[in-house]
Amino acid sequence: MTVSHATGGGVPLLRTENLAREYALAGAPVRAVRGVSLTIEQGEYAAIVGPSGCGKSSLLNLLGAIDRPTSGTVLLRGRDVSHMRDREATEFRLRHIGFVFQRFYLMPMLTALENVELPMAEAGAAKRARRARARELLSYVGLEARGGHRPAQLSGGEQQRVAIARALANEPALLLADEPTGELDARTGRDVIALFDQLNRDGVTIVVVTHDEVLARAARRVVHMVDGVIVSDERNGPGDVGGPPRTTISPALVDAASPFRRTPG
Amino acid sequence: MRATLAWSSLRRHPVRTALAMLGVAVSAAMLLDMVMLSSGMQVSFRALLTRQGFEVRLTPKGTLPFDTEARIARAASAESVLLAMPAVQAVSPVLGTTLHVVGDDGSAAAVFTLGIRPAIQGDYELLRGLDADAADRMVVNATFLARTGVAVGDTIVVAAGYDAQLRSWTARRRVLVSGEGRFHYLATGQAAAALPLSTVQFMVADAGTAPSDEVSLLMVKTQPGVDAEALRAGIERELPRVTAIATADAVKSVEQRLSYFRQLALILGTVSLAIGFLLVSTLMTVSVQERVGEMAVMRALGVSRPHIAQQVMLEGLVLSVVGAVGGLGLGLVTATYLNNILRAFPGLPAAIDFFVFEPRAAYQSLGMLVVTAVLAGAFPAWRAGSLPIATTLRSEAVS
Repeated sequence: MTVSHATGGGVPLLRTENLAREYALAGAPVRAVRGVSLTIEQGEYAAIVGPSGCGKSSLLNLLGAIDRPTSGTVLLRGRDVSHMRDREATEFRLRHIGFVFQRFYLMPMLTALENVELPMAEAGAAKRARRARARELLSYVGLEARGGHRPAQLSGGEQQRVAIARALANEPALLLADEPTGELDARTGRDVIALFDQLNRDGVTIVVVTHDEVLARAARRVVHMVDGVIVSDERNGPGDVGGPPRTTISPALVDAASPFRRTPG
Repeated sequence: MRATLAWSSLRRHPVRTALAMLGVAVSAAMLLDMVMLSSGMQVSFRALLTRQGFEVRLTPKGTLPFDTEARIARAASAESVLLAMPAVQAVSPVLGTTLHVVGDDGSAAAVFTLGIRPAIQGDYELLRGLDADAADRMVVNATFLARTGVAVGDTIVVAAGYDAQLRSWTARRRVLVSGEGRFHYLATGQAAAALPLSTVQFMVADAGTAPSDEVSLLMVKTQPGVDAEALRAGIERELPRVTAIATADAVKSVEQRLSYFRQLALILGTVSLAIGFLLVSTLMTVSVQERVGEMAVMRALGVSRPHIAQQVMLEGLVLSVVGAVGGLGLGLVTATYLNNILRAFPGLPAAIDFFVFEPRAAYQSLGMLVVTAVLAGAFPAWRAGSLPIATTLRSEAVS
């Protein structure tokens, strides 16, 4: 089954140039993202980590064309998504980007199958075709028997797996996940991490924002942000799922609130 | 899929949705009742006056039908003049008077009696039995039967012209109660009877010796395609001692008198629409507010602004249409109940209805409610479609 429009590794899929995002918060400007330049290659699995408020989610929103930068550009497959009009950006997200959120956000009155069908219906897929693909995707995430269940009848981990299947519905080029294990306990979180790992092995390019050390370790690459800028960009070795962290982060740059804070000794 | 989503959103809070639909139904019922009331009496009067196809009515000069005791003298001559007119197809003379039903013990009960020609009359509809087409046959209404205890098939004595000094009647007659009828122009609760015109004319004549040549009313049926107004004017020229009233003028006059009913209905109908609007608008605003996170995620997944807005509009529309359809039924029930209360008002013709159902009224009410629902859903829909995705997701994440 095709889960992504992947075309092979080594090819730049996503590139940001001097990306910046400022908000006005209670009248005061907040510089959430400051001059970030980043390249994500086809087939990569990158984790963006950093303390709360460092701009990770803001960066993810910019990468996913759900927010516009104050300055700079985001090029996805060579197309500048940062200056698209809303209609164009919406269509682009539908066809090329999959999103997974911390709170799953499944439609509560729809079944798992219908939830997965939702982006395909929006894309105009025929009912029979989208139903068949939704079944395949649910099977891929290990929930083939739960298609008829509503979100309230599923555990948190199962709901997140349905959300991942939904994100893959239109075979996106890029899967973006914002704290996908944030609402899960350690065991179900590990299932989701293993699923991301499998997805990446199957060719899906993944960028995940996380506080979860285990998830960050599972990624092939870890980008660390502090105060809206990238302070380190490291590559993990293969087979790091569950192993000790290999990303080197300068303790001086790590906020005291960071889940990656190193303890002495 | 949008329909599925809209329906599923409404099903998420079934009690709230049911209450909102009930609210819309009450609003729709009130609206339908007001639409029915605004046109009901007009329709009812028009139907009453045009029921038997008599387009012109002749009364004694300066009076309305049965407005006074005045009568048209030389009725036979007037009838001949009318029948000589090419535009006139038929003439129905009517003599109204009060007769008494005399019991074996000498007691008497008053009954308003119409002298008619059964073959060409428009005052009653025979419900059962035989018509008053013989000199001693009488058709009565249900009130008469109930008040006198007489049954169809009984023979009774009717009398006229009571002389208080002699304690006797100037005219008495045994008649057979041959049938029961529904009298269109007489008030509810009024005992009524119909006898052949000649019988009544005999009874009301002085000393009951020779028939009178008087009638209270002449109803004229025109030939097809005749201008009733022109005929009316022609009749008044030929018969200056009568007042001729065209049915169309009478209807117009009634409509003018009923304009306050329409104003009342318009105001109350507008209020009910406003209530429906606020109900749907409030519910949809609350519903959108509860789901901003979901909607922002749908936008992030690639669902377009118009589709989000359409979904919300659809929810409002489903709410309104289901409520309105239920409301139409409720409106008919309440209209029937209110109509029965108002029809019991003394002096009103039995055939008059205040609330008359016409399919047009239902379509109008439904149409107005649908438009209201679209307008009510417009703001919440616009709001849902305009949610800033990133900001909404950020605020949802910290909430």
